Amino acid sequence: MRPDTLPAPGAAARVVGVRQPLVDGVEKVTGRARYTADLPAPGALVGAILRSPIAHAAIRGVDVAAARALPGVAAVVTGADCDIAYGVIPIAQNEFPLARERVRYRGEPIAAVAAVDAATARAALDAIVLDLEPLPAYFDAASARAADAVPLHANKPGNVEREVDHVFGDPDAGFAAADLVREHRFHYAEVTHAMMEPNAALAEWDAERGRLTLHSVTQVPYYVHLALARCLGLDESAIRVVKPFVGGGFGHRTETLNFEIVAALLARAAGGTVKLELSREESFLTHRGRPETDIRMKIGLARDGAITAVEAEVVQRGGAYAGYGLVTILYAGALLHAIYRVPASRYRGVRVYANTPPNGAMRGHGSVDARHAFESLLDRMAAELGLDPFAVRRANLIEPPWRTINDLQVNSCGLGECLDLVERASGWRERRGRLPRGRGLGMACSHYVSGSAKPVHWTGEPHAVVELRLDFDGAVTVLTGAADIGQGSSTLIAQVAAEVLALPLERFRVVANDSAITPKDNGSYSSRVSYMVGNAAIRAADALKRELAAAAARKLEAAVEDIEPDGLVYRVWGTDRALAWKDVVLAALETSGTLHAKGAWSTPPETQGGRFRGAAVGSSAGFSYAAQVVEVDVDDETGMVRVVRVWAAHDCGRAINPLAVEGQVQGSVWMGMGQALGEETQYHEGLHVRANLLDYRVPTIAESPPIETFIVEAPDPNGPFGAKEAGEGALSGFLPALTSAIADAIGIELDELPASPDRLLAAIVERDRARKRQAAKAGREREGA
Amino acid sequence: MPKRIVALTVNGRRREEAVDDSTLLLDWLRGPLALTGTKRGCDGGECGACTVLVDGEPVLACITLVARCDGRRVETIESLAQGGRMSALQAAFHEKLGTQCGFCTPGMIMAAEALLRRDPHPGEAAIRAALEGNLCRCTGYVKIIESVQAAAGVQP
Repeated sequence: MRPDTLPAPGAAARVVGVRQPLVDGVEKVTGRARYTADLPAPGALVGAILRSPIAHAAIRGVDVAAARALPGVAAVVTGADCDIAYGVIPIAQNEFPLARERVRYRGEPIAAVAAVDAATARAALDAIVLDLEPLPAYFDAASARAADAVPLHANKPGNVEREVDHVFGDPDAGFAAADLVREHRFHYAEVTHAMMEPNAALAEWDAERGRLTLHSVTQVPYYVHLALARCLGLDESAIRVVKPFVGGGFGHRTETLNFEIVAALLARAAGGTVKLELSREESFLTHRGRPETDIRMKIGLARDGAITAVEAEVVQRGGAYAGYGLVTILYAGALLHAIYRVPASRYRGVRVYANTPPNGAMRGHGSVDARHAFESLLDRMAAELGLDPFAVRRANLIEPPWRTINDLQVNSCGLGECLDLVERASGWRERRGRLPRGRGLGMACSHYVSGSAKPVHWTGEPHAVVELRLDFDGAVTVLTGAADIGQGSSTLIAQVAAEVLALPLERFRVVANDSAITPKDNGSYSSRVSYMVGNAAIRAADALKRELAAAAARKLEAAVEDIEPDGLVYRVWGTDRALAWKDVVLAALETSGTLHAKGAWSTPPETQGGRFRGAAVGSSAGFSYAAQVVEVDVDDETGMVRVVRVWAAHDCGRAINPLAVEGQVQGSVWMGMGQALGEETQYHEGLHVRANLLDYRVPTIAESPPIETFIVEAPDPNGPFGAKEAGEGALSGFLPALTSAIADAIGIELDELPASPDRLLAAIVERDRARKRQAAKAGREREGA
Repeated sequence: MPKRIVALTVNGRRREEAVDDSTLLLDWLRGPLALTGTKRGCDGGECGACTVLVDGEPVLACITLVARCDGRRVETIESLAQGGRMSALQAAFHEKLGTQCGFCTPGMIMAAEALLRRDPHPGEAAIRAALEGNLCRCTGYVKIIESVQAAAGVQP
């Protein structure tokens, strides 16, 4: 191609920082996107699970003879078919895919069947005879910890799964030096993910070769792969795990879940293919949500608002099995730090077993309830000191680089700018405290990690690997194990690679999450993907660019340093000599054939936390920051709270895709609103009585407010193009901003969430009674005087 | 189970099929017709993910019998893109990020489609009223409202 037919220099469109619709968005809006339950599986057997009707019992017998004898039943499996415990934390694996010896929560899987159709599968479940001997069951942390309580797990007397005691600095001296010390107790209901896609798995057993293929709804296919190998006693090489489109996760699908292993056990037992679709109720029972939590929070402040010490005691009812429990209880303590300057702290965390479905990771993992308690108490203390809520936060801002007393490394922080933006946009100074009765404004801050700097499966491998493949067709294939669960990770990875290679995005195809093809990835949790996989993608693209530039230099007889990639043209810098993309690719293929480039990235050692027990949890290469203002309208006759508007600013370092960042921030704020306003699980004698989307009150569009979003970019020195996480940090700030707004509106400080009408009305009635008592007392004193 | 012959159109195509009296529209669409764009998100009438149009009105396919659709016109998400072009709503949900995980999206778009046919330039309150039976867990609905407004050419 002659130079004059090539595009002009500088024609390459930048793709980082552009509002980019999702690379898989067309499939989603046209209905072509296939989720696990949509996968064609001709002739597949239908799987179904028999669940415990009792919250705590010894299993005396599971008689499956009648079920096995039913025509059309291909397999029946029970706890006898797998005696290997699994769990996401290698040192805390105490759950079986199907209960053995004991059931510990109502709804726990006991047996499963595979049959020719759903009706036969149901009939087979009905034919299984259980012999269960009830045991005392505990539905709250206090009764589970009682001296005479039966332990759920023999190795954990007192039903305490994990106790954490962390002291940093000298908290006693800090409180002694404070001008104001306050201590307060808070209570938080349990909430759950309620992602829109119910759980499903498709398991194919290749009986001739002894191989398993599993398609599932997971956020971390790699964990599923490990758990399947473990529980089925298979070599990992005999397993293939594929993640199709996934309808949301929010942490529910970070751990391997029992139904994924059960589907595989059924497929192997039946010698074929089994599709296991859980109902919405069963998806609720699979749970892994945010635990019911009690918090005692104590803060010391100097007169100017500076924090002198923090003390927190957190008790979480973690449900029947370990799951992520020890990480959750550690997060609650660790993330008291890294948002403000905290010179001394004492943390006591207690994770308790109880006869409820197991808790786990949920968006904002571990940090959310503790952040509410912290911000809420800080607000009340600021008022006592005559400080504005914004002023008390500004008095404690971190100036990076900053190492917290618990060894978290903060290299960037845009919280100050977040505060300025939402203060101005909400008209805070003019409006706070001056709105009509029933209207109020509240604010709060929050933060989160951009990926855990040490994964729970610590193997020493790089944190993230991305591969790029380029062949004769001139398209770049991105191979990644990062799980796109709707957050837009595939789009982001393609954008990053396109930016480095200075190519249009249309030239990229993303192939994700097929263990037979794509590199291992630690998955989509703790907001790690943008940061870690983004960095790996930059390195992979750099490697490919070097190969292409070398080939172009050979063809153009120029020095490789002088080669300048510019869209679909490689130029010799400062000249009109150039090579079109197709020819660059052919030149590179001449020497080596198909091009493969790999990029790997690991967190810098100084970001991996301290040396004390539990130090890895909370450690991150980059922290995101957020501030928000919430405006409410409270009806003090009914206790109904309407959120009028939210202003949310989030520091994501650099918005690689501002459209997706906005979507993530809005979704986070809104999910915080769901927890703050009305979401809660509820159990009656262990029976989940809100296991549907009507009684579990996910906010509808009718009650969801406008959310004005501001992107703040405080670039992180280690982030890809400076980027940090955007999908979790804004969540936890909503809860305290809401209760602060309610306090501004009607003068009630809520110590319990959600702020459902019944709770708020009870608080209003209690306040009015107290006022009456006080007035009566004052009257008596006047008469007496 | 008694069967009956049901004559209806699905996405413009006339069909005459023998179905059980108890067959639900959702199972029929997703199973024999392989129209898996319509999603099952709940155990019956909770979430709106299975919204399709019957004679232009949004209905929940998970609580609608196929037998009830005799002589009627059923439209699913698969019918909206024509001749290689996405519908205005599909394009807007794509470009404005009205979809994240995408699971509620087909139902959401079908409910919005019914609204725009009835009211081509709806105000925000009308959009909220039309979509209040469709749950989304990703977006906080902000960009869903923007998407419908963009498709309708109305200012936010």
